[in-house]
Amino acid sequence: MEFDFKNMMELSRLSSRGVYGKALSDITQANDNIMAVVADVMTSSKLEEFCKKFPDKFINVGIAEQNMISVSAGLASEGYNVFASTFAPFASMRCFEQLRTQVGYMNLNVKVVGLLSGFSGGVVGNTHYGLEDIALTRTIPNMTVISPADCVETYKVIEALKNYIGPCYVRLTGVNGTPNAFKENYEFKIGKAIQMTEGEDIAVIATGTMVYEAMRTARALKKNNILVSVYNFHTIKPLDYETLDKIFSKYKLLVTIEEHFKIGGLGSAVAEYKSDKKAPPQLIIGVEDKFEKAGEYNYMLDKTGLTAPKIAEKILKKLEEI
Amino acid sequence: MIDLSLRAKNIRKNIIEAGFKSKSAHYGGSLSCVELLTYVFSIFKKENLENRDRLILSKGHCALGLYAVLAEFNYITKEELLTFNTNGSDFPSHCVKNLEKNIELSSGSLGMGLGYAIGQAVALRKKRLDNKIYVLSGNGEANEGSFWEAVMFIGANKLNNIILIIDNNKMQLDGFSKDILDIKDWKNKFSSFGFEAIEIDGHNFEEIKNAINASTKVNKPLAIIANTTKGRGVSFMENNPNWHHSSITEEEYNHALKELEV
Repeated sequence: MEFDFKNMMELSRLSSRGVYGKALSDITQANDNIMAVVADVMTSSKLEEFCKKFPDKFINVGIAEQNMISVSAGLASEGYNVFASTFAPFASMRCFEQLRTQVGYMNLNVKVVGLLSGFSGGVVGNTHYGLEDIALTRTIPNMTVISPADCVETYKVIEALKNYIGPCYVRLTGVNGTPNAFKENYEFKIGKAIQMTEGEDIAVIATGTMVYEAMRTARALKKNNILVSVYNFHTIKPLDYETLDKIFSKYKLLVTIEEHFKIGGLGSAVAEYKSDKKAPPQLIIGVEDKFEKAGEYNYMLDKTGLTAPKIAEKILKKLEEI
Repeated sequence: MIDLSLRAKNIRKNIIEAGFKSKSAHYGGSLSCVELLTYVFSIFKKENLENRDRLILSKGHCALGLYAVLAEFNYITKEELLTFNTNGSDFPSHCVKNLEKNIELSSGSLGMGLGYAIGQAVALRKKRLDNKIYVLSGNGEANEGSFWEAVMFIGANKLNNIILIIDNNKMQLDGFSKDILDIKDWKNKFSSFGFEAIEIDGHNFEEIKNAINASTKVNKPLAIIANTTKGRGVSFMENNPNWHHSSITEEEYNHALKELEV
């Protein structure tokens, strides 16, 4: 895929799961070892084209997420590069033990794609929100955890996973119309964070759709003469320690933002690493420890304080304290 | 060729010896599946790491039973067997994947082996390999919903390279299955999901052989409900819930070995 303006805009119109289906179809060749496994979400994974092109590389196990992961592990044990997908809570929780014992423990080449994570399920509600998946999946040894910032990055992640061998959980956030954080082509590498804006006062580390929101926040804070470096930590595990070390030595405040419960997510991962380092104070911004009443995507982001104005407000308050 | 009954006797002694040395073991379920595993390994095909039959020990807590069989068939050494359950051993209480030694997967959490077999069965078909995938499950394991997720898929997709063997010793950790979660009518359950279901005496080699041979005659996945005795071969362990997982004293150890000599 040529990452020109037109193609990047078209990707953003597909939403992240649409990009997943397109990317998997694009990267697969008839004679390669890729397999796609779903639990009754062929259409939701936007795998129609993949199925048409590669019917013998596709398995639908029905509404049976545990079996989806066991089957994927069995395929991977035979040398296949397996992409398994369903909605994030079911992809990470319903089959968590299979992920841990069959994929992680045996270190098998299974990529699990959690669709509609964060609040992307919108009015569908709490059963379909993915607010725990980072916390859960990153506890599994051998597991790589990736949360792409936008549709462009989602495409690049799937592309990168073609040649990556090992367990991986990919968390897709955003809905139709969620803007791209990236406006031009760039180099994506698993495990390597990307600096999106430069500013000398504070560092904002974000993942998933919060990268774009962090960039909006940076623009808002500029009006208060606060200069913000935004970092896109698309890979939550393994964490990019090298970039974190640089961040720790440069800024007076470190902020992490994620569309995920504050417990166990990106903020926690950064705090774990930071705990025995000389580093600036950290403000963790994420979803509080409760089930909200459900609503549309943008409504949920606003209600849980994950929009730029509310994020900026929290940062200003924190700056007063330190 | 060594008589299978003699092998079974050696394997039971292996179980008692390695279990005693390690202090504790899942004796009951390891002893109940001895003939089943012995027969499978007597016909096991392995040309190389690709072209090989697969034996999935889905009831992973009976790893000792598998190790004892692997030792009898010289896939592992007696010394390796005797590291069973010792600190840092490659042969712990629940098995850890080791293809060189025919330990097909890491198991121990129940209800996951059959789904894994599906992935392998599909892969073998794609690779045009006609090897068999034997899955040894416990009857207690069928309490798990994920077990039936896999059963449904195998039946619906006619994966006839899978041979599921249920070591039906009619017990589980808390005691007798009929008092815990009574599963009746095994044969009809599997038949209704599209399996060829055969019920046998799981300690009778002739019946095991005939049942496994049936897989070549039907174009269906095969489920063998092998009725067995938990703790088989050691009188004080047979049908005794206390021997699901336990340790034996030296006196009990000597007594057990004496019984197995007969």
